[in-house]
Amino acid sequence: MHKIFSRVFLFVFLFFQSVKSMAQDSLRKEVPQMADGMRSNGKIYVVVAVLLIILAGLIFYVFQVDRRLTRVEKGNRASKE
Amino acid sequence: MLRKNWWKILCIFFLLYTFIAGFLGSVPARPILNETIRNLYFHVAMWFGMMIFFIVSVIYSVRYLRHNRPADDLYAVEYARSGIVFGLLGLITGSVWARYTWGDFWSNDPKQLGAAIALLIYLAYFVLRNSLTDMDKSARISAVYNVFAFAMLFPTIWIIPRLVESLHPGGMGNPALDTKDIDSRMRLIFWFGAVPGWALLGVWISTLRIRLQLFSLNQEHNA
Repeated sequence: MHKIFSRVFLFVFLFFQSVKSMAQDSLRKEVPQMADGMRSNGKIYVVVAVLLIILAGLIFYVFQVDRRLTRVEKGNRASKE
Repeated sequence: MLRKNWWKILCIFFLLYTFIAGFLGSVPARPILNETIRNLYFHVAMWFGMMIFFIVSVIYSVRYLRHNRPADDLYAVEYARSGIVFGLLGLITGSVWARYTWGDFWSNDPKQLGAAIALLIYLAYFVLRNSLTDMDKSARISAVYNVFAFAMLFPTIWIIPRLVESLHPGGMGNPALDTKDIDSRMRLIFWFGAVPGWALLGVWISTLRIRLQLFSLNQEHNA
């Protein structure tokens, strides 16, 4: 009788222990994963370099169109005079 | 040349700052968003650009209706065109982002639907223009339609997304982003890098198209 009682007590005790630890797990605040390390050694600089090349290329292209258009506009004005 | 083109150089500086600081600068850690919070400098800036171009476009349309100058109509068209380009880029980048945060490219979120409807209304502006062969009539009717299209921006992207529930950052309230999510470092890059940089690039491209159209208009006159 005593044995059964102690076993039940142990079971109940362990059960509540596990519930408690589970509750603590869910309460522990999740820290969002950030790629902090990536900026230094995850080759993010490569991405920045690639994007800068693309940006430079695009701007160069727009600039060329701008220059050509300016030249054509000036030519037109000259021919009108 | 420099006196007239200083803003183009400014545009390049803004964009360089955005691209460098946008990736190398530190950002606050937020769940779900993670590093995609950097999309603020690119995806959200597209929408700001679009709004600016549509506002400029409607101003020129109203000016056309008041003074009847063909050049005003031309400005309105080209700014609306840039607005659509920026808006489409915003929609596409948004759905790529949604694929990896919400799980699907398109989930009929009110913000996605509102933006899509707004863009369709503006696409109809071009359909309307091109379906009218008479130049004056085309300009006049499309200017009136542009005012209507602009009015439709209010419910589709400014009011309804604020009222209904959405998965988009910011949730209810601010449609773009929860202002509590970003910090002062991000705000600096956004307002003094991304928004003016992208907007000036769009203005630059618009002015190129306007000049081209004005030029060919002059050619026709001379011929």
